[in-house]
Amino acid sequence: MLKRVHYRSSYLPYLLVAPQIIITILFFIWPAAQALYQSFLLQDAFGLSTEFVWFDNFIELYDNPNYLNSFARTGFFSLAVASLSMGFALFFAALADRVIKGSHTYRTLLIIPYAVAPVLAGTLWLFLFNPTLGIITYFLDTFGIDWNHKLNSAQAMSLVILAAAWKQISYNFLFFIAAMHSIPKSLIEASAIDGAGPLHRFRTIIFPLISPTTFFLLVVNIIYAFFDTFGIIHAITAGGPGNSTEILVYKVYNDGFVGLDLGGSAAQSVILMFIVVVLTVVQFKYVERKVQY
Amino acid sequence: MIENRPLTTFVSHSVLIIGVTLIVFPIWIMFVAATHDALRLTQVPLPLLPGDQLWANLQTLFQGKEFGIPIHLSVFNSLIMALMISVGKISISVLAAFAIVYFDFRFRMFFFWMIFITLMLPVEVRILPTYEVVAHFNMLDSYWGLSIPLIASATATFMFRQTFLTIPDELMEASRIDGASPMRFFVDVVLPMSRTNIAALFVILFIYGWNQYLWPLLITTDPDMYTAVMSIKQMLESGESEPQWQLIMLTALIAMLPPVLVVVFMQKVFVKGLTDSEK
Repeated sequence: MLKRVHYRSSYLPYLLVAPQIIITILFFIWPAAQALYQSFLLQDAFGLSTEFVWFDNFIELYDNPNYLNSFARTGFFSLAVASLSMGFALFFAALADRVIKGSHTYRTLLIIPYAVAPVLAGTLWLFLFNPTLGIITYFLDTFGIDWNHKLNSAQAMSLVILAAAWKQISYNFLFFIAAMHSIPKSLIEASAIDGAGPLHRFRTIIFPLISPTTFFLLVVNIIYAFFDTFGIIHAITAGGPGNSTEILVYKVYNDGFVGLDLGGSAAQSVILMFIVVVLTVVQFKYVERKVQY
Repeated sequence: MIENRPLTTFVSHSVLIIGVTLIVFPIWIMFVAATHDALRLTQVPLPLLPGDQLWANLQTLFQGKEFGIPIHLSVFNSLIMALMISVGKISISVLAAFAIVYFDFRFRMFFFWMIFITLMLPVEVRILPTYEVVAHFNMLDSYWGLSIPLIASATATFMFRQTFLTIPDELMEASRIDGASPMRFFVDVVLPMSRTNIAALFVILFIYGWNQYLWPLLITTDPDMYTAVMSIKQMLESGESEPQWQLIMLTALIAMLPPVLVVVFMQKVFVKGLTDSEK
């Protein structure tokens, strides 16, 4: 990764990396180390005394059904968001790849949700599904469905999944369409000449060839659902009703800033960091072995 | 087009139009709600077509009495924050990447890994201790506090490193023979050659910065420092009375407009940057 021809060292390179490194140490490494340290501490309710308790905070989490439920919920939530969003994006991309006229317009409209902040997306869907006023609630009511995500936890979960998936469709769409464009036209033409119809071609050529992108997107979508959906949940349900939409990131915030359980919150942070590290490594390992055609 | 199948093409267009309509529908409803008055938005069913109260609602937001900060000030705060984050991130990353690719110096790999680690730690995860650091430096309620903790970025450094590796070695040799200093080479050759990457990264980072939510929510207590995106939550929680949906939706509309415009008008460079950088 170093250039074959390069400058010999002086004070200059240190000066060049200094801003990045200083900010990294102050706002990344130091806080992360703090979180790690705090995860071994137990603080009383008034912050007067702290005690070093080794892995007690982690053991407590392991014994806490609430936390384990939140874990399972996050897993379900992220898989649901990833599959819903990727499914629709793939479907749209396959269609948009076929048409020539208007594909630019479709793309322009489909990338808009990407630019909408999660909390705004949440607010938007909250308004659509507002139990008393919402326009979709009204439509659902005419079908005899009684919508109230403030009371019904399954509906609350569906709503946050819907909002989170909506926001991520743009991203997935762009990657799928880019992947489809990079498939050599000759492959598609050859199979068309052999008499394969569009559906058959999609199943036997396009889909297998974009599978690296699909896998990459799966990891990215899971990371997104784990960490970037805070605003959506904060706006729509604030973790409720009960704890039914409290995913891990939300729980870190809730326990730390609202519940002031610093040790427990820090331990949760550490576990989350571990998950991010694993996901990032998976992503990078995969990137190294990117399939070429 | 591989073959001519008018029916399939027709079906594709129809399905796409329905799909795109569904995706854009929430935004249309947001716009419609922003153009009605409070009374209309309490009557079920809610309108599907715009009304004539847009201007009146806008004026209410400009006064900003009810929610602590007038909309133009919160938009201004968002703009400053987004620009500081995007420009800051690009500047420190391009310098660091230049050093890592073009210089052989002690601890080079150590620094590289240190930057790599930041890729793995989203703000949400290290939020409490980061808050403490910022409080310690007295940066709460300031533009510095809003932006600096978010500007270290491994992604940008990686992308620039990737770009620099594709710049032919001969260019550097030539510039060295001509007696140019490393910084001269950086300014005259490396930066111009990274123009497209910088533009693409700017779009991505501007949106990232503009859409920050949890961080501004935590570190701003002074209403004068509220950003457009986070002020939404204040409005939703405005407490005793029913939420003023026409104002909330108008604020949301205004808060999403700048990033949407950036993404739509810089679409080409954005799409290229996104699909290149993260692959």
